[in-house]
Amino acid sequence: MLRYLLRRLFYAVPILIGVNLITFALFFMVNSPDDMARMQLGVKRVTPEAIAQWKAARGYDKPLFINESATALQQVTDTIFFDKSMRLFAGEFGRSEDGREIGQEIRQRMGPSLAIALPTFVIGLGLTISLALMLVLFRGTWLDRTGVVLCVGLMSISSLFFIIGGQFVFARVLKLVPISGYESNPWTAWHFLVLPVAVSIVAGIGGSTRWYRTIFLEEIGRDYVRTARAKGLSDARVLFGHVLRNGLIPILTGVVVVIPSLFLGSLLVESFFGIPGLGSYTIDAIAAQDFAVVRAMVFLGSVLYLVGLILTDLSYTWVDPRIRLK
Amino acid sequence: MLATLCLPVLAGCGSEWNDPYPSTERGNNKIYTSFSERPKHLDPAIAYSNSEIGFIAQIYEPPLQYHYLKRPYTLIPATLEAMPEIRYFDQSGRPASEATPADQIGRTVYRMKLRGGVQYQPHPAFSQNPDGTPRYMNLDGRQARAVQGAAGPMALADPGTRLLKAQDYVYQIKRLAHPAVQSPIFGMMGEHIQGLQALSDEIKAQIAAQPGVWVDLDPLPLPGAVAIDDRTLEITLNGKYPQFIYWLAMNFFAPVPREVDQFYGQPALRRSNVRIDTWPVGTGPYMMVHNNPNSRIELARNPNFHDERYPCQGEPGDAAAGLLESCDAKLPLIDGVVFSREKESLPYWNKFLQGYYDESGISSDSFDQAVRVTVTGDVNVSPAMAAQGIRLQTSVRTSVYYLGFNLLDPVVGGKTHEEQRRAKLLRQALSIALDQEEFISIFLNGRGQPGMGPIPPGIFGHQSGQAGMNPVVYTWKDGAPQRRSIKEAKALLAQAGWPDGRDRQTGRPLVLNLDTTSGGLGDKSTMDWMSRQLNQIGVQLVVRSTDFNRFQEKLRKGSAQMYFLGWNADYPDPENFFFLLYGPEGKVAHGGENTANYNNPEFDRLFRIMVNMPNGPARQNVIDSMLRLVREDAPWIYWFYPKTYVLQHSWLQNFKLNNVASNTLKYERVDADRREALRQEWNKPLLWPFAVLVAGVLALLWPAVRAYRSRSGLDAFGNRVRGD
Amino acid sequence: MMMDPIDFFLILRDSLWVCLVTDALLWLLFLGFVVGLVLILRSPLQRDVWRNVFQQRLAVVSAVVLAVAASFALLDSIHFRQPLPALIEDSGAPQSTEVRYAVEVNSVLDLLLSGLRDSYEKTYSAPLAVNLSALEPVTIALPDGNVEVRREAPRLKVAGQAFPPGPVSASVYWIDVAKRLAVGALGGLGAFAVLAFIGLALHRWRRRAAPQSRYNHPVARRWTLITLSLIFILAGVMASLSDNFHVFGTDKVGQDVLYQVLKSLRTALVIGLVPTLVTLPIGVVLGLAAGYFRGKVDDAIQYVYTTVSAIPGVLLIVAAVLSIQVMLDNHPEWFATAVERGDVRLLSLCIILGMTSWTGIARLLRGESLKMREYEYVQAARAFGVSAGRILLRHILPNVFPIILITMVMEFSSLVLAEAVLSYIGIGVDPTMFSFGLMINNARMELSREPVVWWTLTAAFIFMVVLVLAANILADAVRDALDPRSERP
Repeated sequence: MLRYLLRRLFYAVPILIGVNLITFALFFMVNSPDDMARMQLGVKRVTPEAIAQWKAARGYDKPLFINESATALQQVTDTIFFDKSMRLFAGEFGRSEDGREIGQEIRQRMGPSLAIALPTFVIGLGLTISLALMLVLFRGTWLDRTGVVLCVGLMSISSLFFIIGGQFVFARVLKLVPISGYESNPWTAWHFLVLPVAVSIVAGIGGSTRWYRTIFLEEIGRDYVRTARAKGLSDARVLFGHVLRNGLIPILTGVVVVIPSLFLGSLLVESFFGIPGLGSYTIDAIAAQDFAVVRAMVFLGSVLYLVGLILTDLSYTWVDPRIRLK
Repeated sequence: MLATLCLPVLAGCGSEWNDPYPSTERGNNKIYTSFSERPKHLDPAIAYSNSEIGFIAQIYEPPLQYHYLKRPYTLIPATLEAMPEIRYFDQSGRPASEATPADQIGRTVYRMKLRGGVQYQPHPAFSQNPDGTPRYMNLDGRQARAVQGAAGPMALADPGTRLLKAQDYVYQIKRLAHPAVQSPIFGMMGEHIQGLQALSDEIKAQIAAQPGVWVDLDPLPLPGAVAIDDRTLEITLNGKYPQFIYWLAMNFFAPVPREVDQFYGQPALRRSNVRIDTWPVGTGPYMMVHNNPNSRIELARNPNFHDERYPCQGEPGDAAAGLLESCDAKLPLIDGVVFSREKESLPYWNKFLQGYYDESGISSDSFDQAVRVTVTGDVNVSPAMAAQGIRLQTSVRTSVYYLGFNLLDPVVGGKTHEEQRRAKLLRQALSIALDQEEFISIFLNGRGQPGMGPIPPGIFGHQSGQAGMNPVVYTWKDGAPQRRSIKEAKALLAQAGWPDGRDRQTGRPLVLNLDTTSGGLGDKSTMDWMSRQLNQIGVQLVVRSTDFNRFQEKLRKGSAQMYFLGWNADYPDPENFFFLLYGPEGKVAHGGENTANYNNPEFDRLFRIMVNMPNGPARQNVIDSMLRLVREDAPWIYWFYPKTYVLQHSWLQNFKLNNVASNTLKYERVDADRREALRQEWNKPLLWPFAVLVAGVLALLWPAVRAYRSRSGLDAFGNRVRGD
Repeated sequence: MMMDPIDFFLILRDSLWVCLVTDALLWLLFLGFVVGLVLILRSPLQRDVWRNVFQQRLAVVSAVVLAVAASFALLDSIHFRQPLPALIEDSGAPQSTEVRYAVEVNSVLDLLLSGLRDSYEKTYSAPLAVNLSALEPVTIALPDGNVEVRREAPRLKVAGQAFPPGPVSASVYWIDVAKRLAVGALGGLGAFAVLAFIGLALHRWRRRAAPQSRYNHPVARRWTLITLSLIFILAGVMASLSDNFHVFGTDKVGQDVLYQVLKSLRTALVIGLVPTLVTLPIGVVLGLAAGYFRGKVDDAIQYVYTTVSAIPGVLLIVAAVLSIQVMLDNHPEWFATAVERGDVRLLSLCIILGMTSWTGIARLLRGESLKMREYEYVQAARAFGVSAGRILLRHILPNVFPIILITMVMEFSSLVLAEAVLSYIGIGVDPTMFSFGLMINNARMELSREPVVWWTLTAAFIFMVVLVLAANILADAVRDALDPRSERP
């Protein structure tokens, strides 16, 4: 088991290097350091000296990949690529273009992001599973059919509409919750979280419900269900006793991969509801073309994704002891 | 779904369910406003954009400030006993006078006497050990962690204070030269303040000598800025630069004590991103107590603020507007200011309507949407808002937006004399064809005044009425300027050699390129409008929209043809606008701010004269002839002077728009009880539709339950069994 | 509303045709679709499969809806530049014989909808309104001689021409609306009846020609006719209303919103379809190869797609789009007109979306081909020394075809939705184009106006939901028909 984990982690390294190469190439095609400097220094009275200083201060005056002027190992290490990308492996996110510590920002903003993402994930999962079960319970009836159509309908609505509509109705017209904002203490901030959480659940409900429904239907088709029925168990007993338990396995192993990514929060919801999380951080960075931040977020995102993959494998062994990881 | 979440918990909280602030803050004497983009810099040596100055102007005190009520804007002492005493010396150092021709003046000395008893806000940088040594000069781990919170350095126990000294101003002026600080005005101040450039090189040398070590600027000499004694400051400029007086009212010349620089210089703080740039320390009416630039920034009353009183006379009409009621009251009038981050317009606007913002905040674009403006330009709030007691203040900003022509371009600029003649007529034709009045009413919702020249209202040299009209574009008809007809534009176009927008020789259609950054003035609807306007005279428009950096690059390289730009006044002096057309400021040639690359020797000559003149009829004459030149040459289409609208609730008092000064929050006053009452009245939660919704969901479940009941059970294959 | 067919064709005749890249691609896709249809109708097996699809009413309805949307998009994909009017004599210009063309690029759809396109109001006006939704001072001459200035919402320039100037009384207004509704509905129905009659006649004739016809799908035919009739009626109503009103109101610059949503259809379809042209080749080749060859190839391919899918999708797209934009900005000489520029940007967006979304299908196909390479007939083929490429082409590809098709159809809706989000972030289609995303993005601001401007958002909402919903329903039907026991998110 441990050896397996180590191996997986070892495999992750080349992938992350690849990720860095891709993003780095993209971003330095986008903006030369000079452009970044002008962007950050503003429009008024920007002198070439100021730009040179800005670049020097952030180490953008070095060559991209290979530093001829340097010696031996320095040739590789004393370059923009090494500075800006490879240091990420050591967890050094460096500074954003406007000079703030990115690592610290990320630490600060994970909380708010989780405050939205975690309830959304947990409640959403519970709700969708129970809905799916209900549809399965009434399979073949008009309830099932309308339910599926409703799901497809929900799937067809852009999440932007849910957000804008939700804010308009519940916060502007009904005045039930603050229309946006956040408090640093998540326990007192619940009345800021209600609406965004509700909105993001509703936005995601259609697709997953339909998916889980198909999974449960698969289960129902299996032999053990027939035998159980043959034993004369009631439909409900069969469903909640056997089908649910076995159906949960593919569902859970399927969602494990997203759990780490919950830290990243949601781009749209956060920036609409003024939640100071990682999602809105990313959006701001994109708007301000702050590539140091975007690079850091890309790296963080891919790390979390890889962690998710590993967790998935682990979850398989957990639900099915026959699987051994070597 | 919402039901399960809301109902139990909502019961638990106060009368307004949608109150975005903690219930503990109800009824306190603070101002609530907002900011849209996080301030990049709060360092007085760097901050240059309105969104940044809006914060630090409340905290820092430069030597001078603008009178809150008087118009035109007049400078008054802030931390000084009197206005600076200015002395001139000629090349050979002999005393000279104001009247001496500018080119004979060798240096100018500004001598300033600080008023006594001005104290800094409480701050750990000033706290001392019993033996008088600074207490927090090297923080231990626990303290360093504490400082990282939203309370920043204010988290440290018993902060100290001290009196303001002339040395603090000197120190800040030295900081302008610090290469690590990267002050945007160093480049130009280096030319004016004696020895600033040299100082910069010296600091560079020191940094190179021992990198990473905090540089103490005190021992380094700066002949241009000297503290005669603790309360006397002397600044020496090369030659004559009358506009310098205005810089003395800007944050760049606010005091920064050596202790503070040293305090923030320690590695522990620099690493955890606690710097002057994030935690300002000043003598002003407010101090920063909470800084989370992602959601909330809070200022509190500075307990040590020196005795400053509310002005007792203003311009006529102020008394009627109730602006003099607080006459001679001790400032500041409120306990604090809460800035909340608001990025999306919908939440922003609704919070204002619900009474959670007292006034439209630092950037108020979405507010302008709400104001009803008629084509004739008169403004009022919608009846519903009037019923809420919301008041509206408008004033023309001291800035100008213009559509610039790159005069290096063959079509709109031209090389040979003949080309230039044609291009000039073409530019004039375009100036007439593009109807700013319509533009302003559609896109700005009336938030602007058609431009007549580079100088906006409120700046000396601007004239209203017929005298200030741009005769190239308008004619004076029964008491109002009237735009010349499309026919005249076409005539000019024909003279320019483009009859009906076709080249007279080749018949080639005239295609003009507008370089924009997408969004803002560059969005689709604006461009559609532009091309429709130009089609009237047969000119075809191609929009080349790029991102901001590329746009800047085009201007630098002179590859742009037409472009939109704007300029905000640094200080209320015509020089600050005319220099945008001054030849030696040419963008391509000298990397200056003259993006049109306009180069007219006569204009430049007049400019050099005008710069050094005191305001008065003589100066007005020079300015008029300069205006005549730039109107005739039309290097810009003088697009509009933007208007600021500020909406304020009935409980906000002593509020007067000020386009130059930003340190205005200390004058404002709120009626907290009225605010509390109105907020409650406006935010009664509307429950029944919600109840209906929940009922609907339940109603949906009901048939499900029934269906389930009716289901007897299934056979082994999951099919229904007929109950017999 | 409709323009005179004569000068319609005259304009088309002496215009300069412009072929945008996405135009070509859309028509190519259309061609491919037709070919596929023919092939299906040829092979009895396939025909039965697809018969199952079109046994379902909803599937038929949505197919028709999509077809209509597609036809709009196709009409909007024939571009040309109109000739400039000849020079006027007295302008003193020589009569240069050669024709000059406007820089403005129009499409056939623009020409058809020129009534909508050119009917500009001053600014916002509500759906079916006759007055502007902003107050302006109006001077009224009082009987006692002097004048009074009242603040009123003035009448619109274009809409409400049928009414006499001055305020319109409710009764007059509603009678007119009702009349137009009736006329439009009848007109639409009439037009449909004519077309349907011709169609059925043809059908009969063919039936007589070939008695045991294979074109016999009662459900499909019935519901096709029903849907079409409804769409025709709707179109008729819209047309007749548009004669005197703006059905969905007007936007900030006073442009008709109906026109904007119709134009947005093309963008949506391009975004929804073109990326799959990129995704499929990459995904299919890599996926099949990985599964079939295993070993080193598999490792390499797996490495690539794990790396790509490890990067958060949006961020990858952001980075790519920004860099492409810079490239475009650096080479303005590549494009004669703003439209071409916007088009290339749209294309690049599609390519990027494709490049970032091929991993899913690759992973899927890898699994499939892993399975299939063990099948006896594949083993046998290999034993006979058939080349790998041949095996993949002949034996494996046909069997995974359903999966490919399903992913393609399911991608469509998610891509259309993605466009909206990307445009919100500001990296979507070129702001000089029409798209649902851009409309929504602008509408955000408008919701905070007084009075609220709700119609642009609503219009975008309705059209977008209908389009995506249809796509989703069809996707389900296809999936159920092609592989009944597939479970995918």
